[in-house]
Amino acid sequence: MRRMLFTAALALYALHQDFWLWGSARPLLLGFLPPGLAYHAAYTLVASALLGLLVRHAWPAELPRGLSESRETR
Amino acid sequence: MIEAVFVFAYMAVVLYVGLFAFRRAKSTGEDYFLASRSIGGVVFLLSLFGTHMTAFAILGSSGRAFREGIGVYGLMASSSALVVPLLLLFLGTRLWAAGRRFGHMTPVQIFRDRWEAGHTGTVLFVLQACLLVPYIVIGVMGGGTTLAALTGGAVPEWLGGGIVALVVMSYVFFGGMRGTAWVNALQTVLFLTFGAVACIVIAKGLGGFDRAVEALLADPAKAHLLTREKVSPLVFLSFTFIPLSAIAFPHMTIFCLTARRVESFRRTVVLYPVCILLVWLPCVFLGALAAGDPEISAAASASGTSDQVMLLLLKKHAPPWLAGLLGAGIMAAVMASDSQILALSTMFTEDIFAYYGGKEAFGERVQVITGRAFVVGVTVAAYAIAMTTTQQIFDIAVKYAFTGYAALSPIVAGVFWRRSTRRGVLASALVVAAGLAATAWLEAAYPAPGALWELGGVPVLSRTPGGLSILGGLLPVVPLVLASAAALAGVSLVTRPPSQATIERYIP
Repeated sequence: MRRMLFTAALALYALHQDFWLWGSARPLLLGFLPPGLAYHAAYTLVASALLGLLVRHAWPAELPRGLSESRETR
Repeated sequence: MIEAVFVFAYMAVVLYVGLFAFRRAKSTGEDYFLASRSIGGVVFLLSLFGTHMTAFAILGSSGRAFREGIGVYGLMASSSALVVPLLLLFLGTRLWAAGRRFGHMTPVQIFRDRWEAGHTGTVLFVLQACLLVPYIVIGVMGGGTTLAALTGGAVPEWLGGGIVALVVMSYVFFGGMRGTAWVNALQTVLFLTFGAVACIVIAKGLGGFDRAVEALLADPAKAHLLTREKVSPLVFLSFTFIPLSAIAFPHMTIFCLTARRVESFRRTVVLYPVCILLVWLPCVFLGALAAGDPEISAAASASGTSDQVMLLLLKKHAPPWLAGLLGAGIMAAVMASDSQILALSTMFTEDIFAYYGGKEAFGERVQVITGRAFVVGVTVAAYAIAMTTTQQIFDIAVKYAFTGYAALSPIVAGVFWRRSTRRGVLASALVVAAGLAATAWLEAAYPAPGALWELGGVPVLSRTPGGLSILGGLLPVVPLVLASAAALAGVSLVTRPPSQATIERYIP
């Protein structure tokens, strides 16, 4: 699962470069949002969803809970 | 003047928050600089976001969208929406754990401990401090611009910048990290609300977004603002490197250390992109649409800067009381330089004053007083620089602060790489410093446009009106990040790592 999510994050990074929409001014989403802007707004929401999955399935394993109670000396 | 009343009322509120935090403060360094590592839940999300978003998020983004169009959202916002939370998830949480476990309060303390490095830490302090000052200057400049625009010039920019600097300095001075976090949380709530309300009001004023968009598309000189025809794909790619700066900015790293529990990062990571969408989408879209308004275009041309377009839109389309309320929202974003000032003060008192014996000699109380004195000194210096600098907000931020910190991000990641060494870190830092100095020198020495270095007819390095261009379009941030990472890795692999015990403490 972790590997799949890391691959998805890399793929999402690559999808940021949406060269196929570069010069498109139409169709306008909801009648006013240009495709280049609508794509990146949707991209932001997809990023949030992917991050939700990463938090759930790829949370750094070595981070203990309740760490705040202990402090080592330097 | 109704607008100014709302803005000054907002300033009074944040001053009160600072004083309220002061009343709850303990006289320890950890309490003043890190709020005793007690920031929790929703406040952590809102204040971390508020810390990251400064004047450029509203004024700079809408001003740049006015000149270059909707591509600005993809340039900075959507790339940040993915990269910044990833950094918080995989590095921010681990930095938090190191801070908790070993009592560190600044990134340099972590670096010194992790790499058993004393003077290398001092080099990193100097580099980080030099890069942070321009970022603080942005806040002061934004404050001056905003107050001048909201009052129709009744408060001149020099006075507006001074008032903002004084207010920020006061609540940071008294409230420390607790006051700063609360004010940042309030600021985020305000500018999230601002985005939504501004959109509705301005849409109504424009006769509907669909009408404004169609009008812009019908103008052959401006239709490109709704596409990315004039944005170079290589520049677009380069900008995905800029958000790497988030984890190297000292105020962001220090903010990561303030969380009460590591679980606070979970919500922050997931909702961070949503916050970015709510702030940036309206700013960029409205900034681009403003270009279709001849009156606003003329006013922006007359003032010589496009950073005021959002304020001009508000003044034109919102009733004065609402423009004042929304102006306070903009002011909230503009005043987000508080955490940078506090971070610089924390770094000075911990990494220099305490490290070189000041804390042992004079005690913790004097250390806090030193931190407060440093807050005053930094604010006055930032104000002086802001009043003598004329470059536009966004350009200053990107050129020096963002590029430099993005290039320092491999060092932060290196904390959690077993093979990284002190000399590797020093090499990386020197590469960043040399790269930035070379960039500044080339821009000053050679006029734009012009090819500086060609190889077989291919332009390797060119001078452009915006600065420098590598391989026909890449910005200096790309080679700087790669060179910094290569220096860290290359030198680390041929030098002696710290003791195994130290490595095990950080990477179990």
